[in-house]
Amino acid sequence: MSGATVDPGRFGRRARGVAVPLAATALAFLVGGLVVAATGHNPLSAYKAIFDGTGLNWLFPWVQGSERLAAARDLQQTLIVMTPLMLTAMAVGFAFRAGMFNIGGQGQYWVGLTAALVVGTHFESMPTWLHVTLAMVASVAAGSVWGGIAGVLKATRGAHEVITTIMLNWIAIYLVKWLVELKGPLQGSEPSIPRSDDVFDSAKLPTIWGTLQALHAGIFIALAALVVYHLLLNRTTLGFEVRAVGFNPEASRTAGISVSRNYILALAISGAFAGLAGSIDLLGWKYHVASSDLDVGTLGFIGIAVALLGRNTAVGILFASLLFACLQTGTAARNLDPAVFPPELANNLATMIQALIILFVGAEVLILYAARSGRRILPGRRREAAEPEAPA
Amino acid sequence: MSADHFLELRGITKRYGEVLANRDVDLTLERGEVLGLLGENGAGKSTLMNVLYGLAQPDEGEILREGRTLRIRSPRDAIATGIGMVHQHFMLIPVMTVAENIVLGEEPRSGPMLDRDEAMRRVEDLSQRFGLAVRPDARVEDIGVAQQQRVEILKALYRGAQVLILDEPTAVLTPQEAQDLFRTIRSLTESGTSVIFITHKLNEVLDVADRVEVLRRGEVVSSLPAKGATPQELSRLMVGRDVLLEVEKQPRSPGEAVLRLEDVSVTDERGVDLLSDASLEVRAGEIVGIAGVDGNGQSELVEAIAGLRRVTAGRITLDGRDITRASIRRRIELGIGHIPEDRQHRGLVLDFTLAENIVLHDHAEAPASRFGWMRWRWIMNHAAKLLTEFDVRGGGPRTRAADLSGGNQQKVVVAREVSGDPRMLIAAQPTRGLDVGAIEYVHRRLVEERDRGRAILLVSFELEEIRALADRILVMFEGRIVAEFGPDATNERLGLAMTLGEAGAAA
Repeated sequence: MSGATVDPGRFGRRARGVAVPLAATALAFLVGGLVVAATGHNPLSAYKAIFDGTGLNWLFPWVQGSERLAAARDLQQTLIVMTPLMLTAMAVGFAFRAGMFNIGGQGQYWVGLTAALVVGTHFESMPTWLHVTLAMVASVAAGSVWGGIAGVLKATRGAHEVITTIMLNWIAIYLVKWLVELKGPLQGSEPSIPRSDDVFDSAKLPTIWGTLQALHAGIFIALAALVVYHLLLNRTTLGFEVRAVGFNPEASRTAGISVSRNYILALAISGAFAGLAGSIDLLGWKYHVASSDLDVGTLGFIGIAVALLGRNTAVGILFASLLFACLQTGTAARNLDPAVFPPELANNLATMIQALIILFVGAEVLILYAARSGRRILPGRRREAAEPEAPA
Repeated sequence: MSADHFLELRGITKRYGEVLANRDVDLTLERGEVLGLLGENGAGKSTLMNVLYGLAQPDEGEILREGRTLRIRSPRDAIATGIGMVHQHFMLIPVMTVAENIVLGEEPRSGPMLDRDEAMRRVEDLSQRFGLAVRPDARVEDIGVAQQQRVEILKALYRGAQVLILDEPTAVLTPQEAQDLFRTIRSLTESGTSVIFITHKLNEVLDVADRVEVLRRGEVVSSLPAKGATPQELSRLMVGRDVLLEVEKQPRSPGEAVLRLEDVSVTDERGVDLLSDASLEVRAGEIVGIAGVDGNGQSELVEAIAGLRRVTAGRITLDGRDITRASIRRRIELGIGHIPEDRQHRGLVLDFTLAENIVLHDHAEAPASRFGWMRWRWIMNHAAKLLTEFDVRGGGPRTRAADLSGGNQQKVVVAREVSGDPRMLIAAQPTRGLDVGAIEYVHRRLVEERDRGRAILLVSFELEEIRALADRILVMFEGRIVAEFGPDATNERLGLAMTLGEAGAAA
């Protein structure tokens, strides 16, 4: 929606939409720095070390030699982590725009990954482009079915999606666990290890940068999905209806929009994004899934945080997923110089900063309220009875 | 300094950014007096009362009680100085009982627990003392709107209010309930309570107030005794020009029947009849008015026609086509336009822009979209055109609907429904809560649409509105259509049918 006329209210809202997440992030790092200082370390050098650990210093031309090689490896790692995060965040964001809270990203991720695993461990002689496409289509379908179940339950039975998606997470986790457990249908050729075989080489995503655990082409798919996400929401009739239902189901119904259809669609599409994340991880670098993987997966949940920080917009999710990926790789033990800051502390620091960001973004209402009553600044909203009646 | 008033606001000025909501406003209130605060939507009434109640801080001016300056920084301060306010939207907790709601915040305790018996006793006391009958043990969610309002008033009195601010208290009431409220107000003033009564309805002010203060564009234009004032005089003061109280309407012979209901019934989950055997016909080029006291099946009738509620028996046809089981979408396509009773919840998506709200029906059809893609350029132009045509002020296509005043919001709804070129237009409470100018606009528009040959079903609790607009009047009572009148029926006859049903209509 581009045009010549921009009224100040809209502009103000957009500016605030950027300012609050930025302020929340800055504040979180500030508080994190204080904690670092309290442990007797220098916060600035700790942050510098974490920054270097993300590999973002690769962008600086003066970083040369072996340092540059290490930076490249770190940055590849960061982008690999960022890729599924974008998608699980979209899975949360899309449902959120329809007025629903999709906690089921994790389960949708696992069923998507497993669908890709089934396709990837069959059809050995298939050409790569076809094999990968097929695996991804399978994962998108599986993810959307998994999300769609929650949608159908909500639309027909009124079951709240928070409850059903959490339940579906556990169903997915135990289902996939059973599949790859000893003697499970997808357990691999190694008889004593509860893990699947690797997918065939023809089903692996091509690498585009680096050698060891190199960056795979999945990031392009995720970026393309981000464009799809944006267009779907803002340019299509489907997105229009989803947003209408999200803001006001009653008015949407009165206007002839089927609310239940949109609930189902929105959760199915959410599931498709999360399912795609699963296949990209599998075909990009995991290649197989072990029973123990199911115990540690948190991508779906971090996706909630990313969507929240990114305000459910495509651009917001892009930057928020980069930030969260950086926090993860920057504090990883192998990337951090233990002399500057102990990695075990760094990991906790990352978790803490993530939590603080969410807290501060969530506290936006509170901050605004304080700003309003303290400094009498009135943001462009005229809804509450406490404010003036708009001049006719 | 002159004699001290019980309460005085002196030189209140309040700005919101560029907007001057109140400019140098003076207001006085005596003990036991009812002051009617009159003004159009946006005249600054609510702002002024928010200042008095501590919800807004004035940029200039002071508040005095019996000559002493008060510092009111918050509603808590206001309550402490004996000022209570009943908002348009009630602030009650639905799942708690009447007594619990009233004592909340200053509840009698036994140990750490609420002393229920004591609370009940105090509420009963209070209710008797002020003659406000309530059932202390009823849950708020189970009682009617008028009862809830009474609870709100008692809540303020419980906290020792000597000045009671009522913000458009009759907006949610039926005419009978409004009369009850006026009686209540009179009995309150006898016991020394002062009341500030905010409204934009002229007759109410004349009914209940001792003195009237008129605000226009944030300034006091006049303060005069209610006795001897005429509606014409007040309306001139309010809007600064003569308002057309009568709608100009030429007689017109209606065409063929567009909408027909045959013995339509609606039953709720418990099997109670909300609408029983309703039969009616709306012809092209006529306005059929549905009169009745709120809650006598009007909402159910409208919802049945619009497709929002399942019909349990009977048949609905539009241009001869059976739409009894048709989806809402289908009904819209066949030509039913619906201006819903509740514009903020049903009529508009408040977080959407005006353009998005205007396209809400037709978004899935060309030219608003093609192959599932929204054509925003066309939508924006279309919206801009309609906003001009329907005289929507205060924003453009990209303004959020929530940022408009009530009257302009309603114009957006009207614009959407009328521009869809419907065969049949349902207008449910189309002017509720609007100011005089907006009411006039909506009325004129409805008559124009009638003259274009649309069939119009108008539901309203305002008899004047029905009488001014309708070509035929149907009266609803306890879910049934009990009588039909011509537009020349007197208020008295209509009123009897509305309150007594068939018996009243026959009388």
